[in-house]
Amino acid sequence: MKAILAGFIVMIGVSLGAWLVLGETGFSSQEVYSGPNVRLD
Amino acid sequence: MLRHLLAVLAIIMLVLPASAPAQEAEIDRSATGGAQTLDDILRRQNQQPVDDSFRSDNIGGDAATVPELGPLGGASDSDLWRAVRYGKADITVSTRNQTGKILVQDGGMWWLEFRQGPLVKYGSWLLLGTIVLLAVFYLLRGRVRVEGGMSGRTITRFKFVERMAHWLLAGSFILLGLTGLLSLLGRMFIAPFLGREVNATLLLASKFIHNNVAWAFILGLVMVFVMWVWHNIPNRLDLTWFRHAGGIIGKSHPPAKKFNAGQKIVFWSVILLGGSISLSGLSLLFPFELPLFAKTFGILNDIGLPGWLGMDPLPVRISPQEEMQYAQLWHAIVAFGLMAVIIGHIYIGTLGMEGAFDAMKDGEVDEAWAHQHHSIWLEEEKTRAAGAATPAE
Repeated sequence: MKAILAGFIVMIGVSLGAWLVLGETGFSSQEVYSGPNVRLD
Repeated sequence: MLRHLLAVLAIIMLVLPASAPAQEAEIDRSATGGAQTLDDILRRQNQQPVDDSFRSDNIGGDAATVPELGPLGGASDSDLWRAVRYGKADITVSTRNQTGKILVQDGGMWWLEFRQGPLVKYGSWLLLGTIVLLAVFYLLRGRVRVEGGMSGRTITRFKFVERMAHWLLAGSFILLGLTGLLSLLGRMFIAPFLGREVNATLLLASKFIHNNVAWAFILGLVMVFVMWVWHNIPNRLDLTWFRHAGGIIGKSHPPAKKFNAGQKIVFWSVILLGGSISLSGLSLLFPFELPLFAKTFGILNDIGLPGWLGMDPLPVRISPQEEMQYAQLWHAIVAFGLMAVIIGHIYIGTLGMEGAFDAMKDGEVDEAWAHQHHSIWLEEEKTRAAGAATPAE
């Protein structure tokens, strides 16, 4: 059962890590393909 | 004799023109002044190909050829919009990205209709059909039990890191599958019953989970591949396993090493389909950065695959938006296939076979179970353990 728990913890860790890193690097299409001159929000 | 031969030749000559594909007759558009005719409308309604060059080429003149008619020359607003639609207008945009120059992409309707129609219909039937088939199989065959009962002695089947990688892959795949299905089916099956607000919240959460858990899936896929590829190379034992239908049908239990042929099918399905899903997923995650299909279609055309299947060559001039649409469809189609395989895998690993879940729960399996399903692997492990226990002389 420890391995199941460990697998899920790694999954959550990697996902949160990806979210933080990709968020910081501005990967989303909104950030890449848009700008203040074409988006009002 | 010669007379008979000539008769046969004459018959062939008569039949050949009839069997040759009917050449498309030139459509006479003089009655409409070159515009759409009733025949065009009927062909479209019958879902036959329509030559719409009368529309795509009708984009007017220009200022150079008809200077007296102003800056647009002889082009009307309709001509201009046709040029925009068919990608023939001279467009200047502030973005340096080529996608910005495509103002109208009517290929998107084909994608939307396919996504809402055949993809949902056949994908859902595949998953439901797999579950029904497994239920029928369970009712007919029942659980595969360990003959003679458990021995009480256990042997380590999977190490901690192997099990952790398995559950990393399994947990992320289930999350990705569920959130993917919500994204595809939510508007059709959730919004009408629970409301659009609930559906929108679910979609927002699904998108967040899907985009981020994808990385955990890729990590799990790489780990599992590296650890198990050596044990999953096909060998002669697999033929024996297939001859006995893996011991699932009937009472005979063919010998197997660490993984039997059925498990190898699951392994390679996960690696190949999961790899393909990961690749198309990355293409979707970084829009327009990783186009995959124009090049792939070009290679397939060069090989001649579409011709073998009686199809026209695949398109190789694809707009960036169409690349994303193909990536989305491929991602979903392959994912449906892998989900069906994994439903079968979950069945046999839990309900379908006594003692199978222990291998992935705590890594220890009963020796009687191991002898029944992986007899060669059991002998190898015992020999190795005996060798390790013998002191060096």
